[in-house]
Amino acid sequence: MTGSDTLESRPRRDRHRGRTRPVPIPLLVPALVGLAFLLLPLIALLVRAPWRSLPEQLTSAEVWEALRLSLLCAMAATVLSLVVGVPLAWLLARTRFPGRGFVRALVTLPLVLPPVVGGVALLLAFGRNGVIGQWLDSWFGITLPFTTTGVVLAETFVAMPFLVISVEGTLRAADPRYEEAATTLGASRFTAFRRVTLPLIAPGVAAGAVLAWARALGEFGATITFAGNFPGRTQTMPLAVYLALQNDPAAAIALSLVLLAVSIAVLAALRDRWMTAS
Amino acid sequence: MTDLDGTTTGVLTEGLDAHLVVDRSTFRLDVALTAAPGDVVALLGPNGAGKTTALRALAGLTPLTSGRLRLDGTRLDTMPPESRPVGVVFQDYLLFPHLTALDNVAFGPRCRGASKAEARAQAAEWLDRMGLADHAGAKPRRLSGGQAQRVAVARALATRPRLLLLDEPLAALDARTRLEVRAQLRRHLAEFEAVAVLVTHDPLDAMVLADRLVVVEHGHVVQEGTPSHIARHPRTDYIARLVGLNLYRGRAEGHTVRLDAGPAITTTEELSGPAFVAFPPGAVTLYRERPTGSSARNLWRCEVAGLETHGDQIRADLTGELPLTADLTTVAAAELDLHPGAPVWATVKATQTHAYPA
Repeated sequence: MTGSDTLESRPRRDRHRGRTRPVPIPLLVPALVGLAFLLLPLIALLVRAPWRSLPEQLTSAEVWEALRLSLLCAMAATVLSLVVGVPLAWLLARTRFPGRGFVRALVTLPLVLPPVVGGVALLLAFGRNGVIGQWLDSWFGITLPFTTTGVVLAETFVAMPFLVISVEGTLRAADPRYEEAATTLGASRFTAFRRVTLPLIAPGVAAGAVLAWARALGEFGATITFAGNFPGRTQTMPLAVYLALQNDPAAAIALSLVLLAVSIAVLAALRDRWMTAS
Repeated sequence: MTDLDGTTTGVLTEGLDAHLVVDRSTFRLDVALTAAPGDVVALLGPNGAGKTTALRALAGLTPLTSGRLRLDGTRLDTMPPESRPVGVVFQDYLLFPHLTALDNVAFGPRCRGASKAEARAQAAEWLDRMGLADHAGAKPRRLSGGQAQRVAVARALATRPRLLLLDEPLAALDARTRLEVRAQLRRHLAEFEAVAVLVTHDPLDAMVLADRLVVVEHGHVVQEGTPSHIARHPRTDYIARLVGLNLYRGRAEGHTVRLDAGPAITTTEELSGPAFVAFPPGAVTLYRERPTGSSARNLWRCEVAGLETHGDQIRADLTGELPLTADLTTVAAAELDLHPGAPVWATVKATQTHAYPA
């Protein structure tokens, strides 16, 4: 036994060395196929990327317009999600009210709902003739569909559940007795939330926000249904990619590469939280 | 003015006057508690007796089902917890981990309307008083157990409460720190001019820190009094075990107390009616053969059920005519060849027993 080995790790490693346990073929082969399936498209993207014309592609006005709009809308959708999503998560985690389970199910519904359906539903609610939209239009002259605001709403609809679920989980894991301690010191429930709970759950809120942001950035279905595809106004990166694929595949690849780079950056930013699951 | 439980209230215009009733599906807490300013009252009881529930009810974290709660003549039970002039030291302190020691202590004054600078100045003063001036900038995770405890006390005191509640204030500390922190806490409690209520399951903590003990079992007060009175006159098996006495209940006739189940015990006190008899394990003498020359009138045939070391002595648990515990020296235990199952004769001199009315 070498001196550097701890007493705890050593016997375990010996046991593994004693009998090398082969990975069963019925598990190994599908696993490798699955891995390859996830990786190959990304590799293909890199292989076929028009590297030579890439600088030119990426500096075109349309790309920048779409990227700027995407980042702006995703950011706005994230802020909107934070403003209403964090309180909603708190309500779900810290209070008891009849039908709470049902409300939580409703909140998570957009996670599993096809985004196109979300877009249709948004149209029926906030469209010009929608349940709420008709009043917005006739009373305030506000039109939401096919506007940049519409893009933000569509993205928020799809992305906010990610934030709510993430924050609610963090809240449930946080010790509610800190809020009680704050209460005995004279803090109202809101002060306790603002000065004690929120700082304690900040990492969870940040992770949820990044997740929501990434989801908003890639949002396609609800956006194109509710906000349409107008360059400079509602055409975000995913829509631009889809459109480019019809008439300029090289541009589509270039745009995709940008989104891939953004995704990898997000993953890198969150690696401490999710990549070290073990 | 008479309350539900028939006691006259409104007499205490200062201090704590509480009758705490909390109903849960499986548990009912029903505890009356009064204390004058400057009093330190310990709620002592086994785990699950309802001590912490009582404390939470005083702080307003658990609502009262019924009863009353007044502090310095003001009704607290209708007041939200954040408005009550109550400070709490929680069992594991619950210092806010994202704030420094200073900001933890400043939190209360800040919530109660002080400006940021003012709150911090007050907090610095409290930390200084606790001997923690050097740790003002430290986050709780950088503090030792004893330091964290003192920050928690400072944080609770910084709101200038009229009622200070301490939940097992020493339970989270290791034995050595405990000794030191107990002495410091005793000093701070002695200086505290309002009512302090402390919850503990440790009789030593209770006796060192409190002027008065309230023993709670199964949600009810079973005995209260000064530490020395309770140590001499236990009224339940739980308290007798805590203070290390053999305790029996029976009916006294003159110098004899006939036990409800078992033999009679001869005492020096003369009583009549229901009575307790207590004697320390050290007062018991054991013999393997029936002693012939002994003058002890209290002689019982027993059997050793178990043996354990107790300090530098051996503590023997005996069953038989009178179940009791006896302390003897290691040498004596060896000479008697004691082992579980060994038959023994136990004697106690009447002068070493103590009888008092039940």
